[in-house]
Amino acid sequence: MAKKQKMSGAEAFIECLHEERVEVIFGLPGGAILPIYDELYDSDIRHILVRHEQAAAHAADGYARATGRVGVCMATSGPGATNLVTGIANAYMDSVPIVAFTGQVPTSMVGNDAFQEANITGITLPITKHNYLVKDAKMLPDIIKEAFYIASTGRPGPVLVDLPKNVQTEETEFEYPKSIQLRGYKPTSKGHPLQIKRAAKAITEAERPIIYAGGGVVISGAHAELRSLAETLMAPVTTTLLGIGTFPGTHPLSLGMVGMHGTKYANYAMMESDLIIAIGARFDDRVTGRLDSFAPNAKVIHIDIDPAEISKNVAAHIPIVGDAQNILKELIKELKPKPKSKWSEKIEKWKKEFPLEYDRKSKELKPQYVVEQIYDLCPDAIITTEVGQNQMWAAQYFKFTKPRTLISSGGLGTMGYGFPAAIGAKVGCPDKTVIDIAGDGSFLMNSQELATAVINDIPVKVAILNNKFLGMVRQWQELFYDKRYSATRLDTSPNFTKLAEAYGALGIEVTKPGEVRSAIEDAIDSDKPAVIDFQITPEENVFPMVPAGAAINEIIDYGEKT
Amino acid sequence: MKHTLSILVENKPGVLARVSGLFSRRGFNIDSLAVGITENPEISRMTIVVEGDDRILEQVTKQLNKLVDVIKVSDIKPESSIDRELALIKVEAGPKERSEVMQIADIFRARIIDVGTRTLVIEITGDVSKINAMTDLLRRFGIKEMVRTGKVSMLRGAKAVKEE
Ligand SMILES: Cc1ncc(C[n+]2csc(CCOP(=O)(O)OP(=O)(O)O)c2C)c(N)n1
Ligand SMILES: [Mg+2]
Repeated sequence: MAKKQKMSGAEAFIECLHEERVEVIFGLPGGAILPIYDELYDSDIRHILVRHEQAAAHAADGYARATGRVGVCMATSGPGATNLVTGIANAYMDSVPIVAFTGQVPTSMVGNDAFQEANITGITLPITKHNYLVKDAKMLPDIIKEAFYIASTGRPGPVLVDLPKNVQTEETEFEYPKSIQLRGYKPTSKGHPLQIKRAAKAITEAERPIIYAGGGVVISGAHAELRSLAETLMAPVTTTLLGIGTFPGTHPLSLGMVGMHGTKYANYAMMESDLIIAIGARFDDRVTGRLDSFAPNAKVIHIDIDPAEISKNVAAHIPIVGDAQNILKELIKELKPKPKSKWSEKIEKWKKEFPLEYDRKSKELKPQYVVEQIYDLCPDAIITTEVGQNQMWAAQYFKFTKPRTLISSGGLGTMGYGFPAAIGAKVGCPDKTVIDIAGDGSFLMNSQELATAVINDIPVKVAILNNKFLGMVRQWQELFYDKRYSATRLDTSPNFTKLAEAYGALGIEVTKPGEVRSAIEDAIDSDKPAVIDFQITPEENVFPMVPAGAAINEIIDYGEKT
Repeated sequence: MKHTLSILVENKPGVLARVSGLFSRRGFNIDSLAVGITENPEISRMTIVVEGDDRILEQVTKQLNKLVDVIKVSDIKPESSIDRELALIKVEAGPKERSEVMQIADIFRARIIDVGTRTLVIEITGDVSKINAMTDLLRRFGIKEMVRTGKVSMLRGAKAVKEE
């Protein structure tokens, strides 16, 4: 591209996206973004038309989580922009790099309650890492470069760029900046050497260490270092929901997930440890349970790129701010291998004593069985989830071995996330099998995206664990509200097979355990998007479970009475 | 405990909303806030007085630092800084009270900047406690209106709160 070419704001926008190597945009047009859509028409950037803007944001998010690249979504002003809000909040809570572009009314009309005007920069202030209202086309290159840089560096997160219509049409001289000047934004990536030495000393002295890994390990790409740390120390590894896949679920040192629906042994190990090595995790309340009784004897080493996470919930004795991979590399150099210990034996005993359990002999269709079969048939798939019981069964029973293979809404817990996220993941990783493990309630929150998947030939698979309930809420009502199922029955509508077929996707209904494997195989073998309606035991519960407000070792197991 | 934060920010539209929004969203209470440009017109300084223990202060500071438009946050300690606030106070003072009010103003080295038939407007500059002391004394005459700028602070000596 020659220097300083004259062009419209919309053309400059497309050039900026080329510079950022954007290959795909998820979006839906409208009046205020028409000039950009007109330019997109001739562009080689792929645009995937969604059927609701929420799905555009989730698809960009799923794309970002699956590939590690920045996801891009786009919407018009007003309702288009506000429809993105849930997806942006979701990406914010889970630190996902997306850039959202929204059309806006012309600058001369901003602030006048013009048709389809919404103050989207104001609305998204608390749920974006940063946002911009572009007031002049000549600002576009700087702002777009900054947007991608901010979204993808440090602790990643969503950035929104609001584009008034006149900015898209006015003529400007285009030149893409080579560098970025941001006085107020300088993320730390290298850990402080003294802190790393202190951490190494604490680790050497610890008798009952546990590694607690979160989504930051995925983002940093520190899974290999994590594994080498664990194997050097022979220390058990537990993960958060978003940390799943950073350490192989099949590894002898793996404790699986910790917290509210974590394994009993992970929770016991956390509570009894004398040293927690937290890496890219933020001690969320779903992890810690009642804070004042959390891990009473543990020192805490907290490695995180975001200084604001250190000592926010749990006081850190040895904070190390920086990039997890960098820090772990340095830390490992300071450590000597440790043999198995009494602590290892204790943990192995717990693992034998308290395995994940469900009624394996049942003639009914059990959701846990379904997930196990999906794992057995497609161990290398990318799994997205909806929110609720389906999400927890996916996290518990699929043995993830690689990062970026579980894509789930953790912080916000957004029903309706999994399906559009699966579409985004499949677009980013076309050679992978992508399966949304869904609930019947959640799936309906974005099922219109079946049209997107079919028309754009994005063959994602949806495995609905259909319990005819807003199951997770029903579970709480069963356990804590006397089985008063207020507004949680979904009954039998719709017929998901027919719904799938109405869109031109494959629909398969499964009512018996014996049909599970062939249904999965048929769905995977089909080159179409497919929906499998697994009609599972309606009142199956997720166990183990730590009741809200309890300590994480006060845990109810399968078959235990409450 | 009250803390005074001196915050350097980009002089850009929306910055005030970002900073003040962060305080309310995270449940931190702002006691006073003063904003103005600095020696560099691209940079503004906010002086914010916030109530809270050290833990809260640490969170506030870290969260502020995460804002892209925030360049630097310093906790200004009273022992190493000078503080000033300016207040305009409209006091009810007819011919009978006028001289007494003027005397009080004089003692505090405040100035009378407007005289009406029934009111005086006093301008006072000083640290927060001085302004409080004077307003306490004036209250019995009747304060019709008061405008305060909020505190501004600066480090003593050659040191300055600057971007690194
Ligand atoms: C958008 C949204 N609304 C409400 C909730 C509260 N909620 C959490 S889980 C759940 C039930 C989800 O039902 P379903 O998708 O059928 O999943 P199940 O728990 O039955 O597997 C609800 C309503 C939520 N997380 N997200
Ligand atoms: Mg359900």
